[in-house]
Order: sequence, then structure tokens, then C-alpha cells
Amino acid sequence: MARVLLRVPASVEKGAVIELRALIQHVMETGYRPNAQGELQPRDIIWTFTCRYDGEVVFNATLSPAIAANPFIAFTTIATQSGPVSFTWEGDNGFRQTETRHITVT
Amino acid sequence: MTISRRVLLAAPGALLLPATTRAEQQKLAAALRDFTGGKPMREGRVRLDVSPLVENGNAVPITVEVETPMTAADHVRRIGVFNERNPQPNVITAQFGPRSGRAYLATHIRLATSQALVAVAEMSDGSFWSQRVEVIVTLAACIEG
Repeated sequence: MARVLLRVPASVEKGAVIELRALIQHVMETGYRPNAQGELQPRDIIWTFTCRYDGEVVFNATLSPAIAANPFIAFTTIATQSGPVSFTWEGDNGFRQTETRHITVT
Repeated sequence: MTISRRVLLAAPGALLLPATTRAEQQKLAAALRDFTGGKPMREGRVRLDVSPLVENGNAVPITVEVETPMTAADHVRRIGVFNERNPQPNVITAQFGPRSGRAYLATHIRLATSQALVAVAEMSDGSFWSQRVEVIVTLAACIEG
């Protein structure tokens, strides 16, 4: 499991626009870089990131090799109701990881 | 815009860089056409924030924000970021909806060399808006192992 840094507010007012930040440990190997033997290293990137809030997709991004290693993504959403917020990263070589946090809406 | 001392000092270096080739311009234009489906793209409404002088191309913070009320009737559907001179023109494409609250996206990207970045937003009415920013990179990504 790759290490993940998330910033999700634990408790917010209903209707507030909240910023969610997600960072995951990943090499994001571009597929354009030679190794010590001069051969191209195969591509190994995360190509999609999805955020679900209470089961509904609220944000989705398609990444490319131009995203820096340890991809960081920040975006906003409206706090509608208390529930789980899950972040899913999917990539090459069968990479898939999901992290979930709970938001309490007051 | 005032030109800072840093940018001024880097300017001679920028002049030494080879000019953008026609192939690179066509690659960017093709990627933009893919995103817009050939529809016209207007300047404005989109704000692409990136430092004009980047010291390390391996992790360049960028922020894209679009002027929009983000209501069900008038919101941003997609934001795409493209570059001119990396091996691939696409950087990131993100989907938004009325639940986003704001049309805001921040990430860290790689830049292979000094080049132009273009951010494009697709609105719910089907119009496309964009902003183009020139960036000078002093240490490039993708070259060093």
C-alpha cells in the first residue's frame, strides 16, 4: 500500500464549499526516461483519480506522465450531508488504492 | 504586468532556446481539437496560475480556476491542461459538476523545458474558454535520470 496524505475537514457547516487535497506516494515513471543501461524504463503511472462523496462521484481526473511523482490533486466540493468521502487511484500494473474519510456535516 | 528581476536575468537564457517547432505546435493544436471537438475556443474566464520562472521542472505547482456560478444551469463540465513541448501534449483532464461548488483544480506537473501551457474549460452551455501562459524552466524534468 502506498502512503497517502489527505486533507479532509472532519466537521463542516451544511452547504459550505470545502477544499479536499490528496497526495499519494507513487513514482509516476513516464516511460520516456532511460535507465542506467540506456534502455527506456516502462511506463508506470496513475492514470485516473476519482473522489466519491456518499457514493456519488463528485470529482474525476485523468492523469498523464506530465503529472509529477507523488501526484497531488486539490479540488472543491459542497458539503451536502454527513457521510464517507472516498478517494480512488488507479494506474498501470494493476495499481488500485482507495482511502476513505468521514465528513460530519452540521 | 511588471517584469521581476529574476525573469529579466533569465531572459538571455530563454533567447538561446530553440524556437518551438511546427510539429510541436501541431501536436498541441491536435490535443486541443480533441478536447474541444473542433469548437471555437475563446480567451478569458479561465485563470491558470503558474510561476513564470520555474527552477525545477520536476514538480511545478499549477492552479486552474474558472469564473462561473457553478449552478445546475451554468457550470464548468471539464477542465483540461495542455503543454507544448513535453513528450505528450496532455497534462490533466478533470470533470466537474454543480456539486463541485467552485471550478478549482490544483496539482503538481512536470515540464521538460521552457514552453507554453494552455488551460481550457468546457462550460455547461458547450462553450470553451482558455488561457495560455508562457513558462521559463531552468532545470528540466525528463532529462536527468
